[in-house]
Amino acid sequence: MLHAKSKRRENVVVRGARVLDPAAGVDEVMDVRVDCGVIAQLGTGLDTNEHHVVEAEGLVLAPAFVDPHVHLRAPGREDEETIASGTAAAAAGGYCAILAMPNTEPVVDSAAVLGSLVDAARAEAEVPAGFLASITKAQEGEELAELGELADAGAVGFSDDGRPVTSAGLMRRALQYASVTGRRLALHCEEQTLSRSGQMHEGAVSAELGFAGYPSVAESLMVERDLALAAYEGQPLHLLHLSAAESVAALRAARDAGVEATAEVTPHHLCLTDEAVRSLDPNVKMNPPLRSAADRAALLDALRDGTIGAIATDHAPHAREEKEVPFEAAPFGVTGLETAFAALYTHLVEPGLLPLETLLERLSAGPARAYGLEPPRIRVGAAANLVLLDLGATWRVEESGFRSRSANSWLLGETLTGAVRLTVADGRLAYAA
Amino acid sequence: MTELRVMRETLPPPPEERRHLISVRDLGRDDVERLLATAASFERSLEREVKKLPTLRGRTVVNVFYESSTRTSSSFELAAKRLSADTMSIKAAGSAVDKGESLKDTALTLSAYDPDVIVIRHPQIGAPHLVARVTQARIVNAGDGKHQHPTQALLDLYTMQRATGRLEGLHVAIVGDVLHSRVARSLIQALELVGARTTLVGPPALLPRGMEAMGCELRTDVEAVADADVVYVLRMQRERMQAGANYVPSLREYTARWGITPERVRPGQLVMHPGPMNRGVEIDGRVADAAESLILEQVRSGLVVRMAVLYDLLTTGPAPVPAAAAMEEVA
Repeated sequence: MLHAKSKRRENVVVRGARVLDPAAGVDEVMDVRVDCGVIAQLGTGLDTNEHHVVEAEGLVLAPAFVDPHVHLRAPGREDEETIASGTAAAAAGGYCAILAMPNTEPVVDSAAVLGSLVDAARAEAEVPAGFLASITKAQEGEELAELGELADAGAVGFSDDGRPVTSAGLMRRALQYASVTGRRLALHCEEQTLSRSGQMHEGAVSAELGFAGYPSVAESLMVERDLALAAYEGQPLHLLHLSAAESVAALRAARDAGVEATAEVTPHHLCLTDEAVRSLDPNVKMNPPLRSAADRAALLDALRDGTIGAIATDHAPHAREEKEVPFEAAPFGVTGLETAFAALYTHLVEPGLLPLETLLERLSAGPARAYGLEPPRIRVGAAANLVLLDLGATWRVEESGFRSRSANSWLLGETLTGAVRLTVADGRLAYAA
Repeated sequence: MTELRVMRETLPPPPEERRHLISVRDLGRDDVERLLATAASFERSLEREVKKLPTLRGRTVVNVFYESSTRTSSSFELAAKRLSADTMSIKAAGSAVDKGESLKDTALTLSAYDPDVIVIRHPQIGAPHLVARVTQARIVNAGDGKHQHPTQALLDLYTMQRATGRLEGLHVAIVGDVLHSRVARSLIQALELVGARTTLVGPPALLPRGMEAMGCELRTDVEAVADADVVYVLRMQRERMQAGANYVPSLREYTARWGITPERVRPGQLVMHPGPMNRGVEIDGRVADAAESLILEQVRSGLVVRMAVLYDLLTTGPAPVPAAAAMEEVA
C-alpha cells in the first residue's frame, strides 16, 4: 500500500549506537548490520562485511517514524509541496513512511486520481508514501465515493480530512461500507455550525483578542457522535488531530466500552496552547486550533497512557504569500515533518513530561498500527526502517533549512534539541546529515 | 511661553523605547498617565489663536484606512497637521488595494517614503502587526478588526477624567455588543490599567465567554448599569445582526431589553458612545442629547489625544529637533 522510487537497498553497519525499540523491549548499546535492506544481525563487535560503516557512538538508533497525516498538496498545489519535496522533508524528519490526505485539487475520490499519485510516488517518493482517499465524492459530504474500487486501487484508508462528514446518516453508511473494504475511516471531527468563522480556541484569549471562537465542544460533539455510530455499527475508526480534553474523555470512555477507536495528536497541540496566538503569528493558526493548558495536559495524559496512540504532524504546507497576511486572513495549517521529533524532544522529553521511549513508540509503531501497517521494528529479519538520533545536538529552525517547499513552521527561529542524523526507509538510505 | 515651559517641566520623562501603539497592552499605567497629561497640555495650546505647533516638523505621518471612518481618520490627520508633520491619507478604495495588492506590498510601498508613523485601520485582526514586521515605521493601530482601538480607549479615559476628575475607582458599565467591539476590548484593558471598575452588560451571545478573565463583571440585565458612574453605550452593528446570526432575535427586541433610554439612566450619570450612533436602537436620542452626554466631548478629546500619541511616539527615539525646544522656538 506504500510506494517509493526504487533505490539500491543498503548494506550498512551502524556501530555503537544505543539501540532503542521500546515496543520490542530493546534498549542496549550494540551494532546493527543491514544486508540488502534487511536487518541481518544485532550484537557487539559485528563484522562489517565491507559494508558502509556509520559510527554512532553516543547516538540513539530507533525504529524510524511513521506520519499518518501529511498534506502533500499534489495534485493541484505543487507550488506548496510535491511528493518529492514532501517525502524528502519526511526523510529529514526521520520518517520511513507517510500517509497523505486526499483533500487535493482534484480530491482523491477516484481510482484514476489515486493511480496517478501511486505512479508519481513510484517515480519520486524519497520514503514510502501511502494515500488516503476521500469518504465522499469531492469531499462534499453528499454521496459516498467508490470506496471499494479505491481500496482495490491502493487506498490506505478513507478521510474527508479538512472537513467533517456533516450528515450522521451518511457517516453511518460510510462506516457500514468501509467494513467491506478492510480500510479504516479517519475522521476530522468538527461541528461546523459551532465552529464556523472561528479563528482560534474559544476562551479567555479569543475573548481578549476579539477572534470568533472555535469552541472545544465543536470538536467533542462530533467525536461523540462518530464514536456512538462506530459503537452502534461495531466498526473501527481513527480520530484525526484531537485537540480538546472533552474529546479525549469521550475517546477513553468509548475504548473502555470496547469501541475499536484509535486517535492521533499533533506536535503543536502537545507543545503549545492558545496563549501562543497572542503573537498573532499566522504560523500558529491551525484547525483544530491550539487549545487551553487543561486541554494540552489531557492530550499529554492520553498520549502517555496510550488512549491516543499516534503522533501525526498534520504537515500542511502553505505558500509564503498565503501566510504573509493578517492572522485573520491566513489559512489554517503548519508544517511539521522536519521538526516533529526535535520539537517534541525539546518541549516534552527534556522537561520530563514524556519518556523518550513513549515518544518513539507514538511516532512509529503507534501510527502504523492505527492503519494496520507493519510497525517498524529493530529485529533480525525485519526490513530496515531506522532513524539515528543525536539527542545532544541543538539546531536553529530556519526557513532556509527546510526541504519542504513551504516554511510555515510555528518553530521558526527557535533552537531545538535533538537532530536526525540518518534515516533508512524500507532498507534504502533516505537521509544522511 | 510660560505655558510651554510648564509643559516641559511637568511632563514625566518619556520611556526609553516605544515604537508602536498597537494594543493597550503596549502601555503601562505611567504611559497612560503621561499620554493624558500630554493631551491636556496640547488642549491648552489649542486655546491659542494660532493652533499649529512646529513639534513634528519634517516628520511624515501616513494614514492608511482600509475601513470607512470619519472621526478617527479626520482626527489623526488633523492631529498630525497641528503638529506640523507632513501627512497623507490613503483609503483602500481607489488605491492599489482595489487592484489586489496585498497589505504587505502596500506597506512596503509606503515605507519606501520613510514614514515616521503609519496609522492603520484594517478589518482584520493582526494587520498592524504585519505592517510593523515589514516596515521600519512606528505603527499606530486605528482599529484592527474586533481586536483593538487603543487611541479610542485613551480618548475615552481622557474624557472621563475631565468630566469626573478621576479614573481610579471609577465604575464604568459598557453596554451592548461587546463581542464585535474593538472599542470595548481596548477600553476594558485601559480601565483596568488605571484602577477603574468595569461591568459589561448585554445579551449573553454578545458577551464573549472568557471575557471575565479581563477583570470585569458580566451581566445580562440592563439594571446593572444603575450602579455605574459612566454608562458607555456600544454601537449595535447592524451588519452583524444579519438573518441567521441569532445573537438576539431582532434589533427591536434588543432595544426593548438593552437600549439606553432616559428611564434607564439616573440623573447625573454620564453617558458615552464611541460613534457612530444608531439613535433609537442602542441609545435613545434624548439620552444622546442630554447634558450628561459626553459624546461630543469624546470627539474633541480625540484630536488632542491623537496629537499626544504621535508626539509621544516620535519624541522618544532619536529626535533631530528636541520637541520642547521646538515649541519654545515658536513661542
